[in-house]
Amino acid sequence: MSERSLRGKTAIAGIGETTYYRHGKSPDSEFKLALEAIVRACEDAGVSPRDVDGFASYGNDRSDGPRLAAALGVKELRFSNMFWGGGGGGVCGAVGNASAAVATGMADCVIAFRSLAQGQFARYGRSGGSPLVGGDDAFLFPYGLMSPAQRFAMKVTRFMHDHGIGQNALRAISLACYHHAQNNPNAVMQGRPLDEAAYDASRWIIEPHFHLYDCCQENDGAAAVLVVPAEQARDLRHAPAYVLACGQGADHRSAAPVHNMPDYPGSHFRSLAPRLYAMAKLAPADIGIVQCYENFTGGVLMSLVEHGLVAADAANEVLVKDNLIAPNGGMPLNTSGGNLAECYMHGLELVIESVRQMRGTAINQVKRNEAAIIIGGPMVTPVSSLILGSEATL
Amino acid sequence: MSTIYLPAGLPAPTTAPDGLADPYWQGTREGKLRIQKCRGCGAWQWGPEWICHRCHSFDLGWDEIAGRGRIYSYERPHHPVHPALNGHGPYIVVLVELPEYGGVRMVGNLLGDPLQAVPIGAAVEAVFEPHDDATPPFTLVQWRLVG
Ligand SMILES: [Zn+2]
Repeated sequence: MSERSLRGKTAIAGIGETTYYRHGKSPDSEFKLALEAIVRACEDAGVSPRDVDGFASYGNDRSDGPRLAAALGVKELRFSNMFWGGGGGGVCGAVGNASAAVATGMADCVIAFRSLAQGQFARYGRSGGSPLVGGDDAFLFPYGLMSPAQRFAMKVTRFMHDHGIGQNALRAISLACYHHAQNNPNAVMQGRPLDEAAYDASRWIIEPHFHLYDCCQENDGAAAVLVVPAEQARDLRHAPAYVLACGQGADHRSAAPVHNMPDYPGSHFRSLAPRLYAMAKLAPADIGIVQCYENFTGGVLMSLVEHGLVAADAANEVLVKDNLIAPNGGMPLNTSGGNLAECYMHGLELVIESVRQMRGTAINQVKRNEAAIIIGGPMVTPVSSLILGSEATL
Repeated sequence: MSTIYLPAGLPAPTTAPDGLADPYWQGTREGKLRIQKCRGCGAWQWGPEWICHRCHSFDLGWDEIAGRGRIYSYERPHHPVHPALNGHGPYIVVLVELPEYGGVRMVGNLLGDPLQAVPIGAAVEAVFEPHDDATPPFTLVQWRLVG
């Protein structure tokens, strides 16, 4: 009986992204951005967009698969998929769903993508509008607990309290992202370096742990990856980035109402991470490329711990800037600048950066580039993460 | 006129569209704090749901509880995310754990100085905050440090 696993059955063969813009600055519509990113991912792989036969996205992306298929002249749409949940919890899940479709023969050539020109619609982190709120929000909004940052801040407060972790650990995460962005011409924050003093002096968004630079910005842009069967990927232009594992979901009752999830001080990967590594047949120590979604630095901290990449009781020593930057740090993190400083592309830019690292074409190239982990959307529900590997890891 | 912790104009609670939380909000109007208690297995449950997560009974009662708990976590937002908060300054949100009732947690504001230190683990008690002038009127449950 064959093992039920995604391991090595599919690969990312193409990557594409648009210019990344500051919030509201895209000259193009959101749907056009999606098309550009998809066409570039196809060009990168050397595949005609007409041969794409599926689309997978997340975060309620507005650029829907059937319209994309029509616009691109796709010959036959075989897979059209949306991962439930907001934010970037589904970024790795979308790649995983694309891979599952390809691995099982439902489709042959699937794009996983995200397109965002949020300013053309409504704004995150800002609540206006409705004077009445129902459901879970009725127990939160009247107390001034509304934005994503506010929904997650108390998880971070308790986690750092429980483990005695200091603010410098969060600062190091932010500094590493900004450091890497300075070399990246497509990073929104290139030319805007961040140092310790500027971080410390930045205004509070939420005490006790979220300074301005702990929080993601909003940006415009689109990004896409092309997933094909492993054997086909070997015949295309670039060395394949094989999908070794995808994990998605939530811990026991993570979505319990009014902050009643049993494992409150966490980012919702505790049960997912062991499954992920088991499918990949790799351990945290085998992985040299670490890309972790920063909605807020506190989520990075908790999800690195839950993935076994940092021990909670060593976080104060491990999460220091020098250790987190390429090429010489022990665990280079978010090497293109990530959500904080490259672009808040809801994490798909992290998947693309992982592929560049594996190809050896990254701007801030790491030394150990055989395997990559991407962690999506800490603290939301559901979440997802992904492990990619080179030929040598198969 | 009673005082309210945050400025008027924030979103107000409604039990629409399904009425699941009606007994809670009716209770707070009467100065009673009620949460779900499963008639099947006795488990306390909060927030409200149509089924008991432990035994799958649909027979969930609403029992009055004492408003006593301890601070499990907190945050002090500075950045206003709603027009009603513009210019207001920081305020404190607490997550309160109720050890007597299965450790369920409730969200509210911590009354008093918005800049006060917030000790995790400190004992707190519930305070009803009526919004009689709202349409429709409602009553929030807030928390203050004991002693
Ligand atoms: Zn029960």
